[in-house]
Amino acid sequence: MEKIKELLKKEFTLELRRKSVFSGLALYVFSTVFVYYLTFNLRQNLISPLVWSALFWVTILFSSINTIAKSFIGEKRGQELYFYSLVSPESIVLSKLIYNFLLCVILALTGFGLFVLFLSNPIEILWTFIVTIFLTSWGFAASLTLLSGIASKANNSHIVMTVLSFPIVISILLLSIKITKNCIDGLEASTNYDELLTLVAINCLVTAASYLLFPYIWRT
Amino acid sequence: MKKQWWKISTALLLIYSVMGGLLFDVPRLNIVNETIRALYFHVPMWFGMVAMFLVSTYHAIQYLRTSQPIHDTHSISFATVGLILGLLGIVTGMIWANYTWGSPWHGDPKQNGAAIALLVYFAYFILRGSVANQEQRARLSAVYNIFAFAAMIPLIFIIPRMTSSMHPGSGGNPGFNMYDLDSKMRMVFYPAVIGWIAMGTWIASLLVRTHLLNEKLEELEDEQNS
Repeated sequence: MEKIKELLKKEFTLELRRKSVFSGLALYVFSTVFVYYLTFNLRQNLISPLVWSALFWVTILFSSINTIAKSFIGEKRGQELYFYSLVSPESIVLSKLIYNFLLCVILALTGFGLFVLFLSNPIEILWTFIVTIFLTSWGFAASLTLLSGIASKANNSHIVMTVLSFPIVISILLLSIKITKNCIDGLEASTNYDELLTLVAINCLVTAASYLLFPYIWRT
Repeated sequence: MKKQWWKISTALLLIYSVMGGLLFDVPRLNIVNETIRALYFHVPMWFGMVAMFLVSTYHAIQYLRTSQPIHDTHSISFATVGLILGLLGIVTGMIWANYTWGSPWHGDPKQNGAAIALLVYFAYFILRGSVANQEQRARLSAVYNIFAFAAMIPLIFIIPRMTSSMHPGSGGNPGFNMYDLDSKMRMVFYPAVIGWIAMGTWIASLLVRTHLLNEKLEELEDEQNS
């Protein structure tokens, strides 16, 4: 537990030190939303709620993949060996997972804010939607962290990362899109319990799989 | 020859199920009519695919535990056969859908789920292609195999059941159990399932053997060259 805390602290200090990464990410989301804004500005009634939800999740999906991809792909070989000699792989994967989860949540909430600011806010039931954002971020972080570890060992990692992650996260994404649609339609929160529970179950499954499998890819 | 009995019975089962599937009497149902015979060919493909992927995942776990290259060979062979069965399952389903739903690709949740499940295994082969080191390739693809199987479970077993679908057996449409009245269908269906799973295992074992022979050949060539 102590080690996880230390590693988390290291991740955050590193992130804050190289501000370029974080601000680059923010700019990435901002420019995407701004392109939507400029495009749809030409005919404003074109953004129906469903188009909004599609644009939102596409943006979040690809910016999350890009963000999490660098959690292992960017690391240097020597650095990896150094950590390996210090701490257990389990604490590394957990710290990365928590860190990526926080990053995804910040990303998704910022994205949501920008969408509301530039496009519109079709969400009627805000709290369910926020919960969905948290759960989806958890699922993304859990699955993409392991995949980034796998992809970092392959040639042309970035392409491999996208190819590997798309089919895996799609089941999480399908559920979130469904809940989002219910939130847009203003259905009561209780109608979403089934989907939310399934989302939690999938997240637990994926997290457990990442936790158990990570030591094997680390050992190479 | 003694060990060949199961191959002979596989061939017999499949000949029986193909002929029985095309010739025996089937219940008449609205819209479905004669296309109900697709059950004998389409559904066993999916059963076979899931069985092959299950064995492939089992060998991936064994590889991670023991690091024996033979498990990796088994894992890739069974995944290959599973993918082929899955493709056949999609194609047979599309032929059926063309006659009952009116178009080969109807955007049904089950169709989409199946297509994504196959994408997962295509990604598995791409991953194998992009790692040069043999041991690392085996290890990484074993990890991805297990992870992909875990992610596939909600995709083909849970989510399609939560959404309404026109596929028989879900959303109030008649599935296999509704045909209970005609237990003749079971007489063909179960042999077909067993036959196709055994056929898949047979093909996979042949793939393993050719792989091992190729390795031996390479070794011999290396010895000759040196």
